[in-house]
Amino acid sequence: MEKFKSLDYYNIEELLSEEEKLVRDSIREFVSNEVLPIIEKHYREGTFPLHLIPKLAELGVLGITLPEKYGCSEMNNVIYGLVMQELERGDSGLRSFVSVQNSLVMYPIYTFGSEEQRLKWLHKLSSGEKIGCFGLTEPDYGSNPAGMVTKAEKVDGGYVLNGAKMWITNGSIADVAVVWAKLDGVIRGFLVEKGFKGFSAPEMKGKHSLRASITSELIFQDVFVPEENLLPGSNGLKSPLKCLNQARYSIAWGVVGSMLAVYHTVLDYAKSRIQFSKPIAGYQLIQDKLVYMVTEITKAQLLNLQLAKLKDAGKVKHTQISLAKRNNVEKALEIARMGREILGANGILDEYPVMRHANNLESVKTYEGTHEMHTLIIGEDITGISAFD
Amino acid sequence: MKIAVCVSHVPDTATKVIIGSDGKSIDPSGVTYVVNPYDEFAIEEALKTKEQLGGEVVVISLGTDANKESIRKALAMGADSGVLLKDENQRDSFGVAKALAEEIKNQGAEIVFFGKQSVDYDNSITGQLTAELLGYNCVTVVVDLKIDGNKVIAEREIEGGREVVETSLPVVITAQKGLNEPRYASLKGIMAAKRKTIEEKEAAPAENYVEILRMKKPAPKQPGKILGSDASAVPELIRLLREEAKVI
Repeated sequence: MEKFKSLDYYNIEELLSEEEKLVRDSIREFVSNEVLPIIEKHYREGTFPLHLIPKLAELGVLGITLPEKYGCSEMNNVIYGLVMQELERGDSGLRSFVSVQNSLVMYPIYTFGSEEQRLKWLHKLSSGEKIGCFGLTEPDYGSNPAGMVTKAEKVDGGYVLNGAKMWITNGSIADVAVVWAKLDGVIRGFLVEKGFKGFSAPEMKGKHSLRASITSELIFQDVFVPEENLLPGSNGLKSPLKCLNQARYSIAWGVVGSMLAVYHTVLDYAKSRIQFSKPIAGYQLIQDKLVYMVTEITKAQLLNLQLAKLKDAGKVKHTQISLAKRNNVEKALEIARMGREILGANGILDEYPVMRHANNLESVKTYEGTHEMHTLIIGEDITGISAFD
Repeated sequence: MKIAVCVSHVPDTATKVIIGSDGKSIDPSGVTYVVNPYDEFAIEEALKTKEQLGGEVVVISLGTDANKESIRKALAMGADSGVLLKDENQRDSFGVAKALAEEIKNQGAEIVFFGKQSVDYDNSITGQLTAELLGYNCVTVVVDLKIDGNKVIAEREIEGGREVVETSLPVVITAQKGLNEPRYASLKGIMAAKRKTIEEKEAAPAENYVEILRMKKPAPKQPGKILGSDASAVPELIRLLREEAKVI
């Protein structure tokens, strides 16, 4: 009955409210009991654990910060972050699923949608009855979404969509896709529903990363979208970027979960693996790595907590979210690779979660704004000079 | 129907216990406290009983303000209200049972759940003592429970098997692992728990019959012995198991 006890080198526990701790512990237990025992199999087979969706809904993690009125949990951003952290201790794919539903589907419907759209979708998305996805990136437009070629044309009673999106988490299982397309040259959001004629979402195969997550293309061939499915509040590129800020925030927290999974695995291993005369944890080169991990995890934990406070106070700048996403993911990936080294040959086996996390983090470093783009976003902010057009 | 569940706030089982400077208590610094793991089965069973029979679930805990954390967790899982019986002093099991019995009487609860033991002092006796003080029936180490009207049928774990017993309300049940799968506190449950009240009152006074004289750590584990890595080591292994370890 031993429970996962996470690294807390700076007594950060003291900074959390009773409620925040309760949520974290509940999700932590859920991950220990329901995710860790099955996730390697799903990763190996390249499948998403669909059976967890109703359980996630029951826990109340689909729609964490949105109002109770729409069936959501209406909690603060510390809680949103802690949930992401705990889920990613399980797997980045699981966190991605929840992160997309929250930040990239429910958030835009709530923020840019009409009251009718909110009432139609949010309850069902929160109960897990409906799944959503978010279509912004295109095969030829990744870091430069403004160049997108997906187009909407006004017709009688609605719009006709043409184009394609790529790298879409949850795409093939989604009941509704929040799709960004140019209408008279302006980027607008559309709710494209499963079954609309001309809309398909084939799954992308052959991934070495995020294997326990569904990634798809979205293809639109003369898809008619009725008038009431346009998100009325969406206007220009800043609308999808606002969504990405939410998602990047959840990544900054999530990857701390990966770091914790790796750190605790390799710490236990290093203390029990004997080479020459003593456990390898007693050698300086291993201690150097472990101390690096503890230091970076502690810094990321504190960074996240202050980011959450700024977000709750409505004072957060997107560049601050960029800094946390950029730093934390890079450190998580470094820690995962370092962890694999500590495990030696054992590190390549899926008996240990370390290489799975390392592989997942390769995607996490690239999606939701590549590491490099975040560098340039912060670079522009501090110098006032943009390094890209 | 009022259902009571008594919860104990104990050091996390992963805690490395350090004996305090007085030599008879544990040093609480750096120790994380949690709901006693067996009490989680008790809470779940109380909630399931309420779902089946109606009524309400009250959570009772004896200790300091820190116990509110465990009460809050039970409220987040779905219990209706909480009572904290305050006492800063160390009590023995009788002292705890006395105060709990008093409060259960106040509440008028006829079905009472405990964990089969608390993993801090491991006396495995508070539930039974409380039942005795209340004059309630008591079934311990329960792994299956059915309540039908006044009739209670419980399956309990005994050495090498199980025993099915029948008794009647009012009853105290002590829960064993396997009785159920405790639910996770949901975000909505946690939010709702914020609005539920925890009543605080002084615990009824009681005499202690048992005094802790001192605490000792178990002797450190002896290092293992490697006799060899192939079949030639077997005779020596058998000899040692027979003559030294005396296990075969």
